[in-house]
Amino acid sequence: MLAGRATETGHPMNENPPRVGLLVTCLVDLFRPSVGFAAVRLLEAADCRVEVPRQTCCGQPAYNGGDEDTARALARAMIDALEGFDYAVAPSGSCAGMAVVHYPRLFATDEEWGPRARALADKTFELTRFLTDIAPRPIPPADHDGPVAYHDSCAGLRELDIRDQPRALLDRVRGLELRVPEDAEQCCGFGGTFCVQYPDISAHMAAAKVEALAATGADLVLGGDLGCLLNIAGKCSRDGRPLRARHVAEILAGMTETPAIGEGGAG
Amino acid sequence: MSAPNTTADFRANAAKAVRDPVLQKALGNLRSGFQANRARARAALPEFDALRDAAVEIKEHSLDHLDLYLERFEAQVIANGGQVHWCRDAAEARAAVRRICDAAGARNIIKGKSMVTEEIGLNDDLAAAGLKVLETDLGEYIIQLRDEMPSHLIAPAVHLTREQVADSFTENHDRAAGAPAPEAPDDLLAEARRVLRREFLDADLGITGANFLIAETGAAVIVTNEGNGDLSRLLPDTHIVVTGIEKVVPTQEDAATLLRLLARSASGQELSAYTTFAAGPARPGDADGPAAFHVVLVDNGRSRLLGGEFRDILRCIRCGACLNHCPVYGAIGGHAYGWVYSGPIGAVLTPALLGLEGSADLPAASSLCGRCEAVCPTRVPLPELLRRWRRRSFAATDPAASDKSPAARRAYAAWGWLARRPRLYGVLLDLAARGLHRLGGRRGYMARLPFAGGWTAARDLPAPEGRGFQALWAKDARARTAAKPTPAPEPGKRP
Repeated sequence: MLAGRATETGHPMNENPPRVGLLVTCLVDLFRPSVGFAAVRLLEAADCRVEVPRQTCCGQPAYNGGDEDTARALARAMIDALEGFDYAVAPSGSCAGMAVVHYPRLFATDEEWGPRARALADKTFELTRFLTDIAPRPIPPADHDGPVAYHDSCAGLRELDIRDQPRALLDRVRGLELRVPEDAEQCCGFGGTFCVQYPDISAHMAAAKVEALAATGADLVLGGDLGCLLNIAGKCSRDGRPLRARHVAEILAGMTETPAIGEGGAG
Repeated sequence: MSAPNTTADFRANAAKAVRDPVLQKALGNLRSGFQANRARARAALPEFDALRDAAVEIKEHSLDHLDLYLERFEAQVIANGGQVHWCRDAAEARAAVRRICDAAGARNIIKGKSMVTEEIGLNDDLAAAGLKVLETDLGEYIIQLRDEMPSHLIAPAVHLTREQVADSFTENHDRAAGAPAPEAPDDLLAEARRVLRREFLDADLGITGANFLIAETGAAVIVTNEGNGDLSRLLPDTHIVVTGIEKVVPTQEDAATLLRLLARSASGQELSAYTTFAAGPARPGDADGPAAFHVVLVDNGRSRLLGGEFRDILRCIRCGACLNHCPVYGAIGGHAYGWVYSGPIGAVLTPALLGLEGSADLPAASSLCGRCEAVCPTRVPLPELLRRWRRRSFAATDPAASDKSPAARRAYAAWGWLARRPRLYGVLLDLAARGLHRLGGRRGYMARLPFAGGWTAARDLPAPEGRGFQALWAKDARARTAAKPTPAPEPGKRP
């Protein structure tokens, strides 16, 4: 149906574009669909055919909370939904890491699901990594004037080695100046359910992180994981810091006409 | 009496710690210092990661053949003229040390830094028996004056500021009436050295820990920066090494490999100022050394870990890198963990040694950021070990062994139930996106939200954009099917 269609960049799509299943992530689904649409736009610009199979959550909250049965049930559903695609791509290092690193662990001794989990792990990618290393075509350069600070999210950084990929992509954004905060590899304090289970510690970590980000002098922080960005944006808002937050996909896809995270108030 | 175990009060401890300005000041110094120093040391050694691999191999091999190497170590110690005491638990270890003290007629005991003696509560036990015990590592000495536990593996007084140390010295050291202790760190150090020197000369028994035990030579390797380990070992008539059974490695070469990693990971030094190989009592013709040499080998739960899912923790060489790089430790310090071991290693070790009852918060209180594993010289998979405790905590029927309140457990279960029902989940998620969007109002943020007090106490919650992604996508797909040719989606223009 989509064969022969022109992408937004005007290049003809190749005859057999890779089929990509989008792992939406439950936070993007609930809080910020714009990130999902930005990811779709980028993947299509990179000559992929994107589909969104029905899905819920990758199971990470249950996995990290010690509930392996629920984690396995959700992982099986996600494997079912995504294994038919050439690739699965998530706009999140944390959820991609769940599929890449932890699904195989969950089914390490399972004769049926083990091989399926490993097969999915092999073709699941975090969005910026997919765009730099895997996609058939580079995305067209976007524009953004001014300095931005980048926050490396922990799971992407340490489970998937996502560090250079977003920098390489942002390097090609015209007018953008990338600033790396001090202590860049330090966690922002989100940590999934950690942030509500141990709010004192989490908020203390968030305070240190927004201070470091603000010290860059940039008024916009970008990152690859919505959880961290909600945490950073929420802390900036509470503390009255004039620092806005967006997912890196929004800048790359040129979708900055949407309000920044938390800024699109209801009527 | 040293501080009591407050592991079960972790949440309250943490809440207090993040609001303690003096502690926060002390912790700030720690992070910038240790982290930067390790990074420099690591960058200056290209084979650092290869050394880590070698270290894992050495430790794994030693653990695979732990019985063999411990027996070889014992045989060497005996051949060198020393004795080895095998102790199943803390009580046996305390009793062994006391027996040696009694037999030696010791009254004045000096100690080098040893976490295992903290673990087994040795000082209190010896004091109760009427013996005088003095810590000689500067940090340990300071916390002994203050009746505190160590708050860090290698820097036990790192939670204190210079001013607090000066106060403790003013209170405890003889000086002209009313004269305060000096303020400059060097002067404080000189004062401590003056006080401790006298004690070193009076001591009749010295106790140290060990960083490694070498099976082929029977030597205990002791690493310090102050030389106090050597004085504790050499000046008194009797030297007791108290250490865990997992410290043994086959050869001197193996110990050398681990030493190359230890100081670099800990403090960023290439080597500590003093590295001592204590291999038995003084031999005829030796200029100095103790007349008697004892090694107290402490199991205290370690052999139980050997065959189980927490075995990897036995590779730990106690460098403290995981503490120095842990954002949770950096926020709350060591005392909040409530017992001897803190930070990621403490969060894994404490439930293993004391039981999960009362310590379930320790493995739960982590964002699993993974930095501990990334800096660990022996590649202990700390986040995975934390998760394993969480699994046990989740499965536990005893509420004291669970990190979650009954209400939190119910919320988890409800979410899990819902997430297995994609259609219902999709409908409810879209409803929640709409509802929360309205709740956010004009501002787009929520400052208060039922059931999210943990988030909103110190943060606003950004409101959702208004619809669920999958709901919008489905609408989009229907529109695309209806209208041909298919237009590219214009997600940015979405209402």
